[in-house]
Amino acid sequence: MSKKKIETEKISWEYAAAPESASHIDIKEKYDHFIDGKFEKPSSGKYFDSINPATEQKIASIAEGNSKDVEKAVIAARNAYDNVWLVMPASERAKYLFRIARLIQEKAREFAVIESLDGGKPIRESRDIDIPLAAAHFFYYAGWADKLEYAFPNRKPTALGVVGQIIPWNFPLLMAAWKIAPALACGNTVVLKPAETTSLTALKLAELIQESGLPDGVVNIITGDGKVGAEIVGHKGIDKIAFTGSTEVGKIIQKTVARTEKKVTLELGGKAANIVFEDAPIDQAVEGIINGIYFNQGHVCCAGSRLFVQESIKEIFIKKLKDRMETLIIGNPLDKNTDIGAINSKSQLETIQGYIDLGKREGFELFQSSCKLPKEGYFIKPTLFSDVAQSSRLAKEEIFGPVLAVQTFRTVDEVIEKANNTPYGLSAGVWTDKGSKIFNLTSRLRAGVVWANTYNKFDPTSPFGGYKESGFGREGGIHGLSAYLKFD
Amino acid sequence: MSERINILKTYKIYIGGSFPRTESGRFYNPINSKKASLGNFCLSSRKDFRNAVVAARKAFGDWSDRTAYNRSQILYRMAEVLEGRRDQFIAELILQDSSKKEAEKEVNLSIDRLVYFAGWCDKYQQIFSSVNPVASSHFNFSALEPTGVVAIVANQESSLLGLVSYMAPIIAGGNTCVILASENKPFCAISFAEVLNASDLPGGVVNILTGKKPELLSQMASHMDVNALCYSDAIQEELIQIRELSIDNLKRVRSYKYDLSLTDVEHPYIINDYQEVKTTWHPIEVIGASKSAY
Amino acid sequence: MKLKKSLIIPDFTKSPSIDQVGIIERATRFQTRSIKNESKIQALKMVLSMIDLTTLEGKDTIGKVNQMCYKAQHLHDEYAGLPTVAAVCVYPSMVGIAKAAVKGSGVKVASVSTAFPSGQAPLSTKLDDTKFALDQGADEIDMVISRGKYHQGEYNFVFDEIAEIKALCGAQARLKVILETGEIGTLDDVRRASDIAIYAGADFIKTSTGKIGSAASIPVTLTMLYAIKDYYHKTGNMIGMKPAGGISTSKLAIHYLVMVKEILGDAWLSNKWFRFGASSLANDVLLQLEKQRTGNYQSKDYISID
Repeated sequence: MSKKKIETEKISWEYAAAPESASHIDIKEKYDHFIDGKFEKPSSGKYFDSINPATEQKIASIAEGNSKDVEKAVIAARNAYDNVWLVMPASERAKYLFRIARLIQEKAREFAVIESLDGGKPIRESRDIDIPLAAAHFFYYAGWADKLEYAFPNRKPTALGVVGQIIPWNFPLLMAAWKIAPALACGNTVVLKPAETTSLTALKLAELIQESGLPDGVVNIITGDGKVGAEIVGHKGIDKIAFTGSTEVGKIIQKTVARTEKKVTLELGGKAANIVFEDAPIDQAVEGIINGIYFNQGHVCCAGSRLFVQESIKEIFIKKLKDRMETLIIGNPLDKNTDIGAINSKSQLETIQGYIDLGKREGFELFQSSCKLPKEGYFIKPTLFSDVAQSSRLAKEEIFGPVLAVQTFRTVDEVIEKANNTPYGLSAGVWTDKGSKIFNLTSRLRAGVVWANTYNKFDPTSPFGGYKESGFGREGGIHGLSAYLKFD
Repeated sequence: MSERINILKTYKIYIGGSFPRTESGRFYNPINSKKASLGNFCLSSRKDFRNAVVAARKAFGDWSDRTAYNRSQILYRMAEVLEGRRDQFIAELILQDSSKKEAEKEVNLSIDRLVYFAGWCDKYQQIFSSVNPVASSHFNFSALEPTGVVAIVANQESSLLGLVSYMAPIIAGGNTCVILASENKPFCAISFAEVLNASDLPGGVVNILTGKKPELLSQMASHMDVNALCYSDAIQEELIQIRELSIDNLKRVRSYKYDLSLTDVEHPYIINDYQEVKTTWHPIEVIGASKSAY
Repeated sequence: MKLKKSLIIPDFTKSPSIDQVGIIERATRFQTRSIKNESKIQALKMVLSMIDLTTLEGKDTIGKVNQMCYKAQHLHDEYAGLPTVAAVCVYPSMVGIAKAAVKGSGVKVASVSTAFPSGQAPLSTKLDDTKFALDQGADEIDMVISRGKYHQGEYNFVFDEIAEIKALCGAQARLKVILETGEIGTLDDVRRASDIAIYAGADFIKTSTGKIGSAASIPVTLTMLYAIKDYYHKTGNMIGMKPAGGISTSKLAIHYLVMVKEILGDAWLSNKWFRFGASSLANDVLLQLEKQRTGNYQSKDYISID
């Protein structure tokens, strides 16, 4: 008879590695531009490397675009617009978009793995958020294609023509979907440039588009760096520019198009306030703050990078935040248990590190979780600075990394004033159990998206976009349509 | 017996609900096509514009917080007051080179346009707002909020109607504004300020400056506390200048080419041009979810 | 040793509010943790050691209780090195039988009491019920709270009742307080009832009797773990947690462990501080362990029932 007593045994239970298999994915050694339905070699003949930020290993060679490639893509897009897409019944356009949505769903796992390999984001996020939402965007806007007149009573909406779209590296496929789906639904054709560090899923999308049978030239994808973006912005054959990225680049784009009649929508930076009152559901607020700043390594334009916590609960709240930070698992993006993956690039790593050094120099109290970082790759521990001054650069500038600046407040008026005291106005968060207080704050915070008792939620039906220097125009929902239409 | 001497009016600018002289002390004297003087008008300076923006910003909180019903009544009140001063405005327009028929039409249209937009104050939100059916347990809605302080470069040709047609939708939507009146035809603009002042409109919601467009345009476009700019002249170079100078704070620049004598300009989309869409999320407790099969 | 701070009884009408959607989101995150290989085996064995093997039926007999008690000590002798379960859980009338059957094995005997499962009896009856179980040698008492009184807002009554039973248990038995969360209502109420139980002297808080349809769930347990965590932050004292009812698969049990680890920490990962009230969970865990050992999917025919 075996009789064991294990209740006094010292337990240390660690999760074993649980890597998502990458065996089923298909990545070519070399990727060309996608022009007029075909993959075309870059006219420069040059390629650049796409790096896995978690291993610093090369994944594939990506075509380096130039003005000739852009020219070809615009011509293809124009031809497709004039001869095919414009004349096709809207209900048929819809069917292609529905088909693309379905194909993304079918290949979701492959897209998720590539997204994590190429961009460094945890597989849990690319699998559960990025890819399903990308498919959902196509599905949502597909249905709009033949219903546009219902969105604009008493007006006749028509397509703009050829749209140039430039997207960032933080949500590569999702941003491509945010841009392409409404543009196509509204009857435009597209020249899209993915971010240079994360071109792969856009190019996989190009393969998928080929498979969907979408007419040649309706979507064209040119890869390369900011110079290619500038060629697109400056091209005379393009009727509209849609850009998501930094406020700095957004302003350059605005300057370039000022002399033209190009329409522009910009979705730019942010420095969102996430405000916690003493009567909040505290533990859910902790989750919301964590999700607000550490989601996608903090590479989120709407990241809740400024925490305002009511002074009466500061101590316990920060303690709970730190406890929660300790349970975040940092490491291999392909491990299913990873919460925080790799920083997207070396240069971004250096930028973030620069801000952390700044915070240390300025003497704010630093906390980083005690986790071990992988030896290779670009990683940063989740970081929190408490008692940060409103006037510090840490509280003013968009860091675009997992760095939270904590401030305290006493009254509602004070926190609203501080939260609005920024040139940005993309998003904000409010945590309180009191309904009337929520509505007071949600109406007085100058931000395009306000999350009350939740944070970082996205949906194709929900308009997203900013006030002030966070940009103009909305993406998502019925409001996202007008960016891709003109009215007689 | 000598003839009675007319009392000549001093035309001042309108800032924060009062009628100051320009701080610059400068004035100009526009004339009509018959070389008759319209009077001495303030040649507003950059500082006047700055003061007007301060007044507009100060008024924004209260004006945007007013109930839509209240804003609606105040716009309607403007129409009432303008109606009562029809003859004065017709005379002023004639002095500014309109025929009697044209002048009457312009005043009528201006009154009607105020009434039209007065009626929109408590309706446009319902047209442009939405409840969004997100795929999670959240209540999600998008509503409009006024952009803020709007600089209006009033139409140069149509001095009353041009001012009213763009001012009305902008303030109907809860914004406050600073208007640069028609340079050559400033008469009606200043008289209209008196209408505003008699209409229960809070001081600072509308501010009106007179002066030279080339002097003030760059100020209006580059001011960092102006959130949007409305331009309705057809001078491409000016528009480009405005766009370029507006970049620093990503001002929303809107330009229009409406024939204001038609009702084309009468639609709520022009109100929408000076609105920001705010989307709000809140969780919805799921009855019975705590019993879900975990 | 940490000095115990003097205990201030809070105003239970002001227990922290809970956002249910946020709780469910967090709960879902635990279920995306992927537990593989050696950490899975370790977890499965841990689950076995945390089980309160339970029979609470009107038709319980000496024979049935004896069979269960044997199983509690010999889960699956074909697999070397398995632990025993933590305890057997029976009605007061069976405590004496069970006590004799598990003697010397380290397996504890837990007795439900206080007019289980409804709790609809006068305090004197509840005290007698408990005293009987203790006299029979119960190591643990699983009491129910007065849900009717709770819904009438009589939090002090609920509190005092728990405190009385706790006093009776003294040093002999650890007290588990069953909230019957399926009757308590919203997660806000689960939190408030947890606070009442903890401050009144519970050693463990427990979700359910297993006698109504709605039993333990991850969101409900998570809400209770937060109450335990807050109490620990305030006083430095640990409280145990026992979800009961409805946990019948290994995968779900492992997700509970993930939750305990990430909310309360490794210190709670022993049967001193965490239990599963379950009757069929053990066999599913055994199937999984055999699968891990042999590499083949298993049949129930190879694992003994009860």
